Parts: sequence; C-alpha cells; structure tokens
Amino acid sequence: MKVLVPVKRVIDYNVKVRVKPDGSGVDLANVKMSMNPFDEISVEEAIRLREAGKAEEIVLVSIGPKQAQETIRTGLAMGADRGILVETDAPVEPLAVAKILKAIVEAEEPGLVILGKQAIDDDSNQTGQMLAALLGWAQGTFASKLEFKDDGTADVTREIDGGLQTINLKMPLVLTTDLRLNEPRYASLPNIMKAKKKPIDMKTVDDYGVDIAPRLEVVSTVEPPAREAGVRVESVAELVDKLKNEAGVL
Amino acid sequence: MTTLLVAEHDNASLSDQTAKALTAAADLGGDVHILVAGKDARPAAEAAAKLSGVAKVLLANGDVLLNGLAEPTAALILGLADGYDAIVAPATTAGKNVLPRVAALLDVMQVSDITRVVAPDTFERPIYAGNAIQTVKALDAKKVITVRTASFQAAGEGGSAAIEEIAVPEDPGLSGFVGNRLSESERPELTSAKIIVSGGRGVGSDENFEKVITPLADKLGAAVGASRAAVDAGFAPNDWQVGQTGKVVAPELYIACGISGAIQHLAGMKDSKVIVAINKDEDAPIFQVADYGLVADLFDVIPELEAELDKVKG
Ligand SMILES: Cc1cc2nc3c(=O)[nH]c(=O)nc-3n(C[C@H](O)[C@H](O)[C@H](O)COP(=O)(O)OP(=O)(O)OC[C@H]3O[C@@H](n4cnc5c(N)ncnc54)[C@H](O)[C@@H]3O)c2cc1C
Ligand SMILES: Nc1ncnc2c1ncn2[C@@H]1O[C@H](COP(=O)(O)O)[C@@H](O)[C@H]1O
Repeated sequence: MKVLVPVKRVIDYNVKVRVKPDGSGVDLANVKMSMNPFDEISVEEAIRLREAGKAEEIVLVSIGPKQAQETIRTGLAMGADRGILVETDAPVEPLAVAKILKAIVEAEEPGLVILGKQAIDDDSNQTGQMLAALLGWAQGTFASKLEFKDDGTADVTREIDGGLQTINLKMPLVLTTDLRLNEPRYASLPNIMKAKKKPIDMKTVDDYGVDIAPRLEVVSTVEPPAREAGVRVESVAELVDKLKNEAGVL
Repeated sequence: MTTLLVAEHDNASLSDQTAKALTAAADLGGDVHILVAGKDARPAAEAAAKLSGVAKVLLANGDVLLNGLAEPTAALILGLADGYDAIVAPATTAGKNVLPRVAALLDVMQVSDITRVVAPDTFERPIYAGNAIQTVKALDAKKVITVRTASFQAAGEGGSAAIEEIAVPEDPGLSGFVGNRLSESERPELTSAKIIVSGGRGVGSDENFEKVITPLADKLGAAVGASRAAVDAGFAPNDWQVGQTGKVVAPELYIACGISGAIQHLAGMKDSKVIVAINKDEDAPIFQVADYGLVADLFDVIPELEAELDKVKG
C-alpha cells in the first residue's frame, strides 16, 4: 500500500507571532518556518506502518512556496520516500488544497492519506474532511490510534469532546492525526544526508487545473485585545479575599 | 434568509453548545431551523424547540445517525442544504468532523471557529492560536460556519417551535461504530462550567491530580482541565485538554496550577473572566495573563486554599 502524507510549511510553533501594524496580516519575514507539528505526527505514523510491513511507499505532498521543499526534505529525512511540491506563492485555502490533493490521489492511488487535524497557522481543521468528501472516502479524524483489520477495514480511535470513540472504516481512507497518535522521531544525520538525494517532483497548480481563487476575502488582521496586567498576591488568604471581594467570583 | 443549525446532543438531551451556537446563527439575521440528527432523539428535539428564536426543528431519527458518524450525517445535511442560505454548527469535535465534509460537497469554503458575526457574510475568527484576529468576508453564496461557543452567550428558553420529522438517507456504507470510552464524571462540563481548575505538568502524576486538583475543583463545584503536557503524560484524560488544539473555554474563574502558560495553552483560556495562576516559577508566562498570581509550590498552597475556602463559605 502507498501512503500519501500532505505536509504544510507553517510558522514554527515556538515563534511569537506578530501582527503587522497596518492590519494586512502576520509578519512572516525572517521568521522560523517548520513542518506543521500535526504533519510530523502523520509522517511518523506512515513510517511506522512501513516498518510494520503494512505500507510500501510514503509520498509527501506540499502546496506552497519554493521553500516548502525544505518541509518536504524534513519528512524525507524522517524516512519518507519521495515528495511532490505544488509550487505557488499565492495563499491556498483548505478547499483548494483538498481539490489539488484529490487530483494527486487520483494519479498516485494511495490506500491511505494521512493529514494533520489542524494547521497551526490558519487553525481551520477542515482539509482532511474536505478531501475525504471529495473522494467519497471514509474519514477517521482526530485519530489517536489506527489499526488495520484482516477484512481490509481499519479501526480508528478518535479523540472526541467526551473522551474516545472507536469507529471502523472502509479502505481507502483519510486519516487526520491528533497529538497522542505517536511521538515523531528526530531525523538522524545519515538520514538527513540520504534525504538530499530523494526525488521531489516539482508541479504547479495549473498541472491540476484547480481554481485557487480565495473564497474568503481577508478584510483585516488585528491583535487580540490585551488583558490588563494583574497583580501578585502574597498569600492564600489574600487570594481568597480578592476573589471574593474584588473579583466577586466566589 | 434561512439558517440551518446542526444541534449538538446525545439523543436524550441537548448540549448547551447548541444554545450558544444558536446566538451566532441568529446574528446572521434570518430564520433559524435546528437539525437534530440521531436515534430516539425526540427529547433533544423538544429541548431545541424550546430555545428562543427557533422557527422550526427538524428531527431525523435513524439507526445510521445514532452515533453521529460523519459520512451519513453529512449526507443528511447535504440533502437539506438547498433550502438554506447558511449551515452552522458549534465547533465541537462533532461539528468539526461533519461540517467540512458538507462544505466541500457544496463547493463552499467553510469559515471555521467564528468568534463574532460582523455582518451576514463577514466574521471574526482567531488564527495562529489566537495571536491574531482575522475578519473575513465569505464570498460563496452559501455559508458554512462553525462557531466557537465560548465567544457567545447561550440563547434563552421560551420558544415553542414545531418539530418536523424528516427522512433519513441511506447509509453510505463507509463507516461503522465500534464503541465509545467516555469519561464519566459528576462534575460540570469544561465548556459550560463557571469555574475551572486546571493542572499542568507541575502536578506531577495522575495520583496527584486526584489528590490535589480534583478535590479543589469539587470544593468549588468546578470542572477540571489540563495542559497538553499533563494529558500526554497520562495525568489526565484527553478530553480535559484546554488549548489551541483542545477545548476553548471562557469561565468566570480559571485557576491554572503548575501550568507554564505556553501560547497553545493560553489560546484555550485567555478569554476567561478572571485568571488565577499558581506556579513556583515567578517568570512563568502564565503570570502575564493572570489577574491574580501566586508564586508558590502548588502542593503547599492548594490544601491551604481549600481550608480558606471553607472559612469564607462556611
Ligand atoms: C501542535 C501543538 C499543539 C499544542 N496544543 C496544546 C493545547 O491545546 N493545550 C496545551 O495546554 N498545550 C498545547 N501544546 C503544548 C504547549 O506548547 C506546552 O508544551 C504545554 O502547554 C506545556 O504544558 P505545562 O504548562 O503543563 O508544562 P510545562 O511547560 O512543563 O510547565 C510546567 C509548569 O509547572 C510549574 N511547576 C512545577 N512544579 C510545580 C509545583 N510543585 N508547584 C507549582 N508549580 C510547579 C513549573 O514552574 C512550570 O511552569 C501544543 C503544542 C503543539 C506543538
Ligand atoms: N498547503 C498545504 N500543503 C500540504 N498540506 C496541507 C496544506 N494545507 C493544509 N494541509 C494539510 O491539511 C491539514 C489540516 O489543515 P487545515 O485544514 O488548514 O487546518 C494539515 O495538517 C496538512 O496535513
């Protein structure tokens, strides 16, 4: 089975995000960029499947600027086999990403697509579900466990608001990863060297005939209202007094 | 204009997430119909019919809808979509699971996690873990929207909408339900609690969570939350996680114990009315958002806090 893993290049999760003063967006100049953390979990899951003999080939896809090659290289260094970069400098919304991925799925015919549950820049949490819908496939979202069954189906355990839910899905399927699915490995130095020789196929949006014109027009981007500075209390008695008499929350 | 609001419920009862999302749906300006999709879900539909401002309740009862699986639920909503200008759901794990599926098949870009309705086509939503607030205008004719319920007051009761039973589509046959392992608790739910006591890595173990955090929560009638580090370490179940990729809460009082205050955690609780931080590191970033900060060892001060609460309450 082939596994397709879409990986997004996003601002590193440790970076303090700054909004541009003119309200036009977030400042990405000279900011550290990394693979979306949920996508690292996806790559790790795919590699574990291959190590367990359940997958043969792992193909990474990124849609983004030329520098997204680095994101793909990161995944290749972890152990994926090859990459596809659909190069564009335009912002691409989840619906358009899902349409491009659909075209790639039709060409590559994977048995499993693993996406992150959420990109930590746009916080949309929708691309995987959209891809599954467009393909007419089953979806296992927010997954913390994936288990293939002998009858060619898969059990997926999902992190839901009330706890955990296990569902059984037909293959091929779309999986989206949650934090507890696995702990991604670090790439070793020899693997980083090897990754430099692995192929990355360069594509354009036009190759897939998808219209990526935005459907959401960004009117403005502003800082959230700041909280007023609080105070330090010296004792538990003072804390309780303030909660009761100043804040009125007890 | 008419809006379809997809209810969050467990068949027997309606979640207050529905009442909160209803406020956002009503802000769009048109009539609101609530869809209750489930099995033997009439009690939930009756609760929905009582919410004020609801024009009609659609009740779909069927075996395939019992567990809210994405594929049949999306098929049901798609079948209704023609009659609506907007389809709205609370941004719960159920809403997030189903609605993008509907949006894609309608060729609509979903607006996720809105925190404010500026105009019927314009919304505010947080991005980058709430470090920026974006205002977006949705250009698609039909709107598909999930609502961050912590940002909206629950709609009140007083309505008496008619309940209409609707047909259930055939099961697409892609998915089946195996089982749920739900956390059972007498405590209030995180997303509706007035007070939340949250524990982080500093709590140290699941035994300590039980010994220190939950007794304080019980004393306050509070829900219990946790940081990702505490959940990853197995101190607390996954559904207690508060943050960018967990639950977003905005209680009257949030008490963070042994939590450093990473942006991903702050994203889930910084809109709380009053924030208390208990941390032994005076430089912990949590103190930057705390109204009241106590630099101390949580194992020393939480028992003291319980005793002090007994005094002021008793
Ligand atoms: C993609 C992604 C998504 C994430 N999503 C979330 C999310 O939704 N929610 C979330 O919370 N995190 C999330 N995180 C993780 C986040 O970055 C932090 O790692 C996490 O919040 C840290 O948890 P913590 O504060 O409990 O642990 P730490 O950062 O280790 O802090 C522990 C704190 O406890 C204090 N302490 C220790 N012992 C005591 C004591 N005896 N008394 C008092 N204080 C004590 C320490 O001083 C320290 O400040 C996410 C990260 C990523 C990459
Ligand atoms: N531009 C992109 N390139 C590759 N994968 C993407 C892209 N955008 C989104 N994805 C995938 O979709 C997931 C969810 O993203 P989102 O729906 O934007 O929160 C991510 O974790 C990625 O796996």
